[in-house]
Amino acid sequence: MIVGEQKPLEEIKAKVSGYSRILILGCGTCVKTCFAGGEDEVATLASALRLSFKLEGRTIQIEEQTVERQCEDEFIKEAATNIAEVKAVVSLACGAGVQMVASRFPQVTLLPGVNTTFIGILEKAGLFTEKCLGCGNCIVDLFGGICPIGRCAKRLFHGPCGGSSKGKCEVNPDTDCAWQLIVDHAAATGQLDKLAEYVPPKDWRTSQAGGPRKVHREDHEI
Amino acid sequence: MSRGKLEQTLGEGKFAVTAEVGPPRGANAEVILKKAALLKGCVDAVNVTDNQTAIVRMSSISACAHLVQLGMEPVMQMVTRDRNRIALQSDIMGAYSLGIRNMLCLSGDHQTFGSEPGAMNVHDIDSVHLIHTVKTMRDEGRDMSGYELNVAPRMFIGAAENPFADPFEYRVIRLAKKVAAGVDFIQTQCVYDMARFKEWMKQARDRGLTEKVYILAGVTPLKSARMAKYMAAKVAGITIPEQMITRMEGVAKEHAAAEGIKICLETIQELREIPGLSGIHIMAIEWEEKVAEIVKAAGLFPRP
Repeated sequence: MIVGEQKPLEEIKAKVSGYSRILILGCGTCVKTCFAGGEDEVATLASALRLSFKLEGRTIQIEEQTVERQCEDEFIKEAATNIAEVKAVVSLACGAGVQMVASRFPQVTLLPGVNTTFIGILEKAGLFTEKCLGCGNCIVDLFGGICPIGRCAKRLFHGPCGGSSKGKCEVNPDTDCAWQLIVDHAAATGQLDKLAEYVPPKDWRTSQAGGPRKVHREDHEI
Repeated sequence: MSRGKLEQTLGEGKFAVTAEVGPPRGANAEVILKKAALLKGCVDAVNVTDNQTAIVRMSSISACAHLVQLGMEPVMQMVTRDRNRIALQSDIMGAYSLGIRNMLCLSGDHQTFGSEPGAMNVHDIDSVHLIHTVKTMRDEGRDMSGYELNVAPRMFIGAAENPFADPFEYRVIRLAKKVAAGVDFIQTQCVYDMARFKEWMKQARDRGLTEKVYILAGVTPLKSARMAKYMAAKVAGITIPEQMITRMEGVAKEHAAAEGIKICLETIQELREIPGLSGIHIMAIEWEEKVAEIVKAAGLFPRP
């Protein structure tokens, strides 16, 4: 899933303080799962903002709505009525949802309320970790299902570097060294020799380096 | 084109000695020339670091060019952290045109440890890819795209290896990868943990790697007990045995530096006994004036 984190309250408050009426628009898919922008987070953020402004003797009218997915027109059009009533929308979607709303409703000021962080998994309750950089040409089979592009701080194809210590990465000592995991997997499955093979440089054209990407499915066109 | 002195020394089976200088944080070439002058005649080649510890400094390539003008032989360090394959290949050609004959292919210290922690890194290719690239440029006269180069940069190709990082059992396999990619010589992380280094060298010999690559063991003299403790605790991939730290703590502060040199000399002596080891690489960090003393006391002077 796409993992995001809600921006600090003070930052959101500073962004909205110039408006008398706003809409906080949640997204019910990825960011709901990671507790950044679903219905519950919309309600909590709205209450926190109301209280914070009240303490300063101010009142801002805050509307709340959550749609299934802000990255699809089918769902964000449900927010059209509420958006027509306000000058600014705080979107709690990922960067894709935020931009989708901004382009569909150009008359309102779109304020992002979430920082989109990575493509990752729910590793355990309360912990989300990055797994994929979206390079556009998956080669995890070469590394026992552990991607060094998404999970090594230097994106090494022939790691580990000299900073791998006791299974951890020197850059973030609470993060596993991806290459330690790769080597462990290869050793456990008797494939260390396969790991000794040279992996040629990557063609990054399939990644963001090749410019914004598109997936065009003609078979799904209507 | 003539081979460099480092390649010649190693090729003749002589024990090689290299040292290291870090370029200044500024545009003053005098700094590099002064440091280099301290090393002249004592070493076969001088490594010039490439923005080491990710701190912005005068470029390795330009500092190397200053050394060439002094009549000294540099080993140009090159990291894949800051340049993509376009810039790397371009700089390799430029470096060769400036008289640089050796280079060390590295991934580089992570930028978050340096002076620009907010910088974007590149890592378009890694150090093994870089070795392969330099080898292809040299031996096939082609760049990565396959384009034929009118003059091939005939570099003597080096890389680093750290026998003290984890996972230990994989370190020698990684060395084998570098050898297969075309590396000519290896300079290791500083050796304090002799037992582990000897075990790594044994593994390298057992795989026949010491027949294919020259290995130069890294040594760094300890200046104080504090430095020993700091390196042991804070620098990932460096192990210092407890008894060595105790030994440094056991001498009066004013004698600590001398004790550090003594330990370094004992280490060099022990290293020279290891079958398959081709030389040493002295990394006297901001202590270049001690290199000549170490080389002479170790009986490695004059240089061939």
